[in-house]
Amino acid sequence: MVENVTGANINLPIYLDYQATTPLDPRVLEVMMPYLTDNFGNPHSRSHSFGWEAEEGVEKAREQVASLIGANPKEIVFTSGATESNNLAIKGVGEFYKDRRNHIITVVTEHKCVLDTCRHLEQEGFRITYLPVQKNGLLDLDKLREAISDETVLVSVMAVNNEIGVIQPIAEIGAICREHGAFFHTDAAQAVGKIPLDVNEMNIDLMSISGHKLYGPKGIGVLYVRRKPRVRLKAMINGGGQERGMRSGTLAPMLCVGIGEACAIAQKDMGSDNERIRSLSNRLAKGLEDTLPDIFLNGDAEQRYPGNINYSFAFVEGESLMMGIKDLAVSSGSACTSSSLEPSYVLRAIGVEEDLAHTSLRIGIGRFTTEAEIDYSVATLKAHVSKLREMSPLWEMAQEGIDIKSIEWSDH
Amino acid sequence: MAYNERVVDHYENPRNVGSLDKSDEGVGTGLVGAPACGDVMKLQIQVSPDGIIEDAKFKTFGCGSAIASSSLVTEWVKGKTLDEAIEIKNTHIAEHLALPPVKIHCSVLAEDAIKAAVADYRAKHVGVSGDANAEHAETVDAAE
Repeated sequence: MVENVTGANINLPIYLDYQATTPLDPRVLEVMMPYLTDNFGNPHSRSHSFGWEAEEGVEKAREQVASLIGANPKEIVFTSGATESNNLAIKGVGEFYKDRRNHIITVVTEHKCVLDTCRHLEQEGFRITYLPVQKNGLLDLDKLREAISDETVLVSVMAVNNEIGVIQPIAEIGAICREHGAFFHTDAAQAVGKIPLDVNEMNIDLMSISGHKLYGPKGIGVLYVRRKPRVRLKAMINGGGQERGMRSGTLAPMLCVGIGEACAIAQKDMGSDNERIRSLSNRLAKGLEDTLPDIFLNGDAEQRYPGNINYSFAFVEGESLMMGIKDLAVSSGSACTSSSLEPSYVLRAIGVEEDLAHTSLRIGIGRFTTEAEIDYSVATLKAHVSKLREMSPLWEMAQEGIDIKSIEWSDH
Repeated sequence: MAYNERVVDHYENPRNVGSLDKSDEGVGTGLVGAPACGDVMKLQIQVSPDGIIEDAKFKTFGCGSAIASSSLVTEWVKGKTLDEAIEIKNTHIAEHLALPPVKIHCSVLAEDAIKAAVADYRAKHVGVSGDANAEHAETVDAAE
């Protein structure tokens, strides 16, 4: 526990990585607990009360998830997480309809599990179009209109980007897909519970949801699969025919009730949560931008989820910054944090030059972030960015008026 | 990723951060790396008339291992002759800092920075002393 300048107590380190995962809401844990102890029944057991109780919990959870996205509970398929949901949506639809249509459209800034699934289908003979994004990270709808045809079976575009937080024009994409008879899948792992989504208003046919990105448990996700007009898909996991045959395997009731309760809380609290998060996000941005020159927000400034802030701190390498701000748990767009030496493909796709891509940090704000934590974070970032700039030859050149792009750098 | 304590020490208490006057006849400047690769090191040496490195300064844009590698070599080159300084190998740096394989390029860059600084100094003194045959390391000079 440390005291900041205003006297408020804060616990270190401060968690600012809400896009990687969110803490379990204590209200969610409370609902889950009985299913880890007394209510241990198999929800598919039909002959006794143990099974019935577990089934009741699972079905209530299905209603809670459906309610948040304007769906029917029968359209909710429980999975192990958003990665499985994305795989099931893309491969499942692709495989089922491949004799009629075999073209899939996605976007270069999608999550790796969407891109990798598309690559897999490409090897299986599907034609895949990877649409570029504009400099603000948003899809140009005209590019989609040019690419879509009566060969297109599926369009997969994420709702909120995990690295830069931009919100894609989901309703507009849905309308274009409907017009061309293509199914629309959205990876909404970063969006559900954070921004209002309605599968009918937005013409969404398939939607992936993750439990642990909305204050629920890890190990569970959902695939929403539209019934009218019906979307069919080929199952990837065969077995007892659970989840309407789309995903066999015994459900984990404690995880199902967990994601259900997380959705119910999100539905109830979205307005007030968002108001707080927006205000904290503005406080952070103002605190940094007022005193640190040469910092750049990545992704559109307006069309974004405010709990995801991605800045490039020019002339300061991201990993060394993270090493300095060790009390702040953030994520870096810089290469050095992973084993590859390439900067983030999302930042490169929006035209962030490589030297700036190496200087980026993603700061995630969520339900449990406090004002005192934001103030501490701003002060910490300011101190370390300034210290590292004093140590940076690039900052020195910039201060001397030398354009670092005019220098012929060695390759290595 | 957990850092070796020597890397943390050099990162938190970097030795010899700063700049020397690059137009000074007694100063050699090496600038290596590239912003697009995420590492740029500037190493400067102050050389006495009898060819001893009296002082060294660095500035580095890069990860903690890159900062530590350059901080370390400023300590190591002081008191050495130019010939001794260019004998410092990346393997010595990597070993001293216990760099993992993905960070070996940081130590390579630090070795390159020493060679570049020495080459810059020697280029300023061609024909002046017995150093006319100085090798020329592949380098980029910030001044140009």
